Amino acid sequence: MDHQIIFAGFGGQGILSMGRFIAHAGLHEGKHVSWLPSYGPEMRGGTANCNVIVSDEEVGSPIISAATALVVMNQPSLEKFESYVEPGGVIVLDSDLVPVRPAREDVRVFALPATKMAYDMGNATFAGVILLGKLLAETGVVRFDSFEAALKGILKPKKHYLIPQEMEALKAGAEY
Amino acid sequence: MGEKILMKGNEVIAEAALRAGCRHYFGYPITPQTEVAHYMARKMEEIGGTFVQAESEVAAINMVYGAASAGVRAMTSSSSPGISLKQEGISYAAGAELPLVVIDIVRCGPGLGGILPAQCDYFQMVKGGGHGDYHNIVLAPQGVQEMYELVVDAFNLADKYRNPVVVMGDGYMGQMMEAVEFRDEEKIERVAKPWAACGSEMKRPHNTITSIYIEADVLEAHVNHMYEKYREIERTEARVECFNCDGADVIIAAYGTCARVTRNVIKDAAKLGVKVGLIRPITLWPFPKAAFEKYAEVPKGFLTVEMSMGQMVEDIKLALNGRNHVSFYGRTGGNVPGQKDILGEVLKIARGEGGAEK
Repeated sequence: MDHQIIFAGFGGQGILSMGRFIAHAGLHEGKHVSWLPSYGPEMRGGTANCNVIVSDEEVGSPIISAATALVVMNQPSLEKFESYVEPGGVIVLDSDLVPVRPAREDVRVFALPATKMAYDMGNATFAGVILLGKLLAETGVVRFDSFEAALKGILKPKKHYLIPQEMEALKAGAEY
Repeated sequence: MGEKILMKGNEVIAEAALRAGCRHYFGYPITPQTEVAHYMARKMEEIGGTFVQAESEVAAINMVYGAASAGVRAMTSSSSPGISLKQEGISYAAGAELPLVVIDIVRCGPGLGGILPAQCDYFQMVKGGGHGDYHNIVLAPQGVQEMYELVVDAFNLADKYRNPVVVMGDGYMGQMMEAVEFRDEEKIERVAKPWAACGSEMKRPHNTITSIYIEADVLEAHVNHMYEKYREIERTEARVECFNCDGADVIIAAYGTCARVTRNVIKDAAKLGVKVGLIRPITLWPFPKAAFEKYAEVPKGFLTVEMSMGQMVEDIKLALNGRNHVSFYGRTGGNVPGQKDILGEVLKIARGEGGAEK
């Protein structure tokens, strides 16, 4: 299986970290992975995106030309990257931040009120993890336990107390 | 070999240099390679090495010159505009036969250009850049694992040949994360440096490190000596990967990120019944001419893909010496040749419609 996933949104939403968690979790499963961040002028304009590939085979191009999934956290990113998703692919979006739905009818769209859900859970920064829950549930890109291992590997020890809550958020997103 | 860990290309470069015994780093920040300096700043303090953020790129390369003169493994890193500033120092180091390592994480030019990835430094690194008759050894990794391996090799080659070695990646190579597996122990080829200016204790004549030779015959003899060294490097150090080339209809020549995109194109083309090969130079100098000679008769010809207006393509034409047609497809300004666009070019060539020229 070859997962080619684009994560996109505003800088500060944790977009690059979301991609990093998935890449890390993929590596934990022994998959071939790559993580390619935007670092160019668009980043200076406040938007951020990254290309993450998790594959059974060696990764060729780290640049995604046809995405199997797109996770978006703002409207401009949806407009920019919607066309990258291949037919039958998945779009996961935060409906609190992306008011206009995708025009595509040949992809599977999952709209979650992730920001509101995160607030209700008492931590606004969980919105991204909630979306990742849906991504994992719909694509199977990595397992939940691998995601937890990635959190342990990436988060500083003083943040590890958050991991059970992050996993709750992941589950909430998956089950929405 | 240890476990696989996820690291950014730039950080792997720095870690590789430390593992290769580099304890002297001098640099000046510039996107997209600043993480090299960040990593060095943090680690050199921990291990008792020397990290200097110099006042300019010119100062940094001359600090490397000084450290290399004393016989230690030393490195600097920068990106294209910063590398332009270092060229005088690189020429001096080549003339003085100093082993040092320069990292160039290429961004788009000319001028300040932009910060996005490019390969438009091929000419300045492979063909000179500084003045005079000299060559850098230039290594071109295609991913994070190879960045580690080639940076270690760079220090060995520099010491072996007493010559500047450049590791040239593009902005994406520096910024992306992939798995890297470090060896338990790197193969560090230590060579004696009886020429180093590191203190004679009055027990031997002074060593002098210089690139100035005022007498014509003396300088010519020195340059001839350098060229004997270069001929040996050309004979023994050229490296290349030939992938899928036997029986190919078309061969793509590409390095770095373009080679990675080409791997996908090869799969796409195979689905359409076209067999595409890849010749990926790993050393840009010495240029792996033999690989092109070996596959010179590929039926439909060659396509060179670069993130530039066409620089390496000239070396391919020289290597083939008119024996086959060489098409070119490049993007610039920070754009990367797209998988579908390259495939389109390949299919045109395979159908005998001819590809674009440089």
